[in-house]
Amino acid sequence: MTGSSSGSGTSRALGYAPAPESRSVVDIAPSYGLFIDGEFTEPADGGTFKTVNPATEEVLCEVSEAGAGDVDRAVRAARRAYERTWSRLPGSERAKYLFRIARILQERAREFAVLETLDNGKPIKESRDVDVPLSAAWFFYYAGWADKLRHATGGLPAHPLGVVGQVIPWNFPLMMLAWKVAPALACGNTVVLKPAETTPLTALLFADVCRQAELPPGVVNIVTGAGETGRAVAGHPGVDKIAFTGSTEVGKAIARQVAGTGKPVTLELGGKAANIVFDDAAVDQAVEGVVSGIFFNQGHVCCAGSRLLVQESVHEEVLAALRRRLTTLRLGDPMDKNTDIGAINSAGQLARVRELADAGEAEGAQRWSPACELPGQGYWFPPTVFTGVSQAHRIAREEIFGPVLSVLTFRTAEEAVEKANNTPYGLSAGVWTEKGSRALWTAARLRAGVVWTNTYNRFDPASPFGGYKESGYGREGGRHGLDAYLAPDGPDRRGHLGSGTGPGPGAVLEDFR
Amino acid sequence: MTAPLTGLDPGVIDPGAVEDLISSDASLRRFLHGLPGVDQVGVEARSAALATRSVKTTAKARAIDLAVRMIDLTTLEGADTPGKVRSLCAKARRPDPADPTTPQVAAVCVYPDLVPVAVEALDGSPVQVASVATAFPAGRAALPVKLADTADAVAAGAHEVDMVIDRGAFLSGRYLHVYDEIRAVKDVCAGAHLKVILETGELATYDNVRRASWLAMLAGGDFIKTSTGKVSPAATLPVTLVMLEAVRDYREATGRQVGVKPAGGIRTTKDALRHLVQVGETAGEDWLDPRWFRLGASSLLNDLLMQRAKAASGRYSGPDYVSLD
Repeated sequence: MTGSSSGSGTSRALGYAPAPESRSVVDIAPSYGLFIDGEFTEPADGGTFKTVNPATEEVLCEVSEAGAGDVDRAVRAARRAYERTWSRLPGSERAKYLFRIARILQERAREFAVLETLDNGKPIKESRDVDVPLSAAWFFYYAGWADKLRHATGGLPAHPLGVVGQVIPWNFPLMMLAWKVAPALACGNTVVLKPAETTPLTALLFADVCRQAELPPGVVNIVTGAGETGRAVAGHPGVDKIAFTGSTEVGKAIARQVAGTGKPVTLELGGKAANIVFDDAAVDQAVEGVVSGIFFNQGHVCCAGSRLLVQESVHEEVLAALRRRLTTLRLGDPMDKNTDIGAINSAGQLARVRELADAGEAEGAQRWSPACELPGQGYWFPPTVFTGVSQAHRIAREEIFGPVLSVLTFRTAEEAVEKANNTPYGLSAGVWTEKGSRALWTAARLRAGVVWTNTYNRFDPASPFGGYKESGYGREGGRHGLDAYLAPDGPDRRGHLGSGTGPGPGAVLEDFR
Repeated sequence: MTAPLTGLDPGVIDPGAVEDLISSDASLRRFLHGLPGVDQVGVEARSAALATRSVKTTAKARAIDLAVRMIDLTTLEGADTPGKVRSLCAKARRPDPADPTTPQVAAVCVYPDLVPVAVEALDGSPVQVASVATAFPAGRAALPVKLADTADAVAAGAHEVDMVIDRGAFLSGRYLHVYDEIRAVKDVCAGAHLKVILETGELATYDNVRRASWLAMLAGGDFIKTSTGKVSPAATLPVTLVMLEAVRDYREATGRQVGVKPAGGIRTTKDALRHLVQVGETAGEDWLDPRWFRLGASSLLNDLLMQRAKAASGRYSGPDYVSLD
């Protein structure tokens, strides 16, 4: 492990000098209001909170905390926009706005990448090469659907749901916004979005993009705040649908909160994915996939491959190759272009990762990290591998959401599948083998929403994503992702056909006429 | 095959095991095809990810000098003349006459008939003379002709011999033939360093690149080299990456270190630095030395010199400020 902050390199002979991305490409205001009805407004009760750079603990700015009254204003603005403009626009017109947003995201990519890294702690190479390009790709993709929705429903008539409440997590702040906002708008809904309290800044910059794209006021509203704000969004009677990505615990609370209201809910929750390495795998690429599977974004990934299941006949050599590879990972300043591992997003998350890692040791698993100097300031945790892990250990069962890998072995393919499925979660899995038949046999038996074969953590807007069991329900991405934002024509949840708060005749999607 | 022998086995390969391996095409095939596969998508993605490493300021200055020291300054044209070779040798000894701190290149690489010219021109300098041999670049000649070609170069004073493998034999599964040829050339080389050119542009798959690398190493090659420069694609980053994994694994298995030489198509400083990044992050720092890593190139040197001058002066000069080869 090499500390890039120290300026030493991968080797004495070469080494990388510090290569920091410039912070000056983005302006951060001292404080931000709530983005409601196309304007930044002060919260009614004046509450604020601070957002910090987790790599340095430096306060970046103050952000408004939306109370119930503010959420109500946002929902009313979204309702007005829904009824007066957005749901009445032809799909081709909605597409124009979405394409415009996508292009602006590309044009301002560097600004977004720097801001995301400052607020989240992830390496700049990831925000630059993954988060921001994928966010733009999501808008491009759903822009294309906006006037072709009849092909998404098999030609059956459908309409938008109305005002959608969306609550997103801190691990991919802009990308999760794009996953939620793009399909919602493409289908003719309007949005009240609550970003995570530790990472609100790219959502607030996105508000600026909405204005730049001249999106009609009220179509996208952004209310910052913590759990209380999220509850206000989910519980608001004027919200017609809830989409949530985050922890299973909060997902369950939301499901309880909206139970009986008739509001449709989609939940994308936690995971404890197995990355299964068979003895005929391409070892070097499998190790690469295992590394990116768990150490990408410091392991703050719901679909992270946090359990490595390796066939016992290659256990030693895979472990040796994995350890060797981990010694070349560079942990340090997330703004440095050569940093592989950035900061843990918050003190709270760091405490949770530490607690579970300590539990792993206490339960008898062997803990290993490459020699690694952690920066003195900020929230840091070294890449960590546990061997000798059993299915009964907490580190094999609970989602750690950090750079901690649990290694288990298996003898037969049946055993691998059994162990992989033996979890309350079911979001994703990985299979590594050079034998096609074995890959297909295994993938067919894994109870996970996404199974990657000979790759990991690949995302594409055309591919649906979502979980089984405690990993949630509903799919995001692809044609399937539209289902969450469309309803078949007929009485709405209030029993109304047409007028009132439900979509009026004008709100029937033009494409279905 | 008696003893277990896989690419990642720790410890040292038992010489008896190698004897068993080379008992037939079939036994060699069992071994080479038993090496872990290479996933094309994965290796190309890894290479592309490493290519985003940012080598700047002091690191860049160090890397440029290292790259200069690793160059096998090459001219392999039918139209080569003694005068051109002498000019190249002068450049190898003193790449930038305006800046005496510029390091010398590793070697000058020429056809066998021009070895005497290069030996004379480089007399008294540490720059090595490398000669291609074995009916370069196609390798389409009988073994005695290849051996005579090699012997000729060595007798003329070549310190290093760059041979080509018989790709036709390799691709048709006659691994023993390829092995025996490399061994025979190695014997003729006597003390000269043997670089084995795999001509990866003709090998079709990364699996074949890995197998050919192991075959060349088992047969005693001191270096494995990507290309002749006469076939496109020549040295690509993923191909070099696969070869770096091979030499790393081979040393782990046998204790013997083998060098790597990408050649052909590396024209810019950026290309060279990307190769060095791969060396450092794949094989490790032991290979970041002209003894273990070479860059077969000609125009690359001028680009490195221009970048070097820019680092010193803060300004870019132009192609007229470096000598043509």
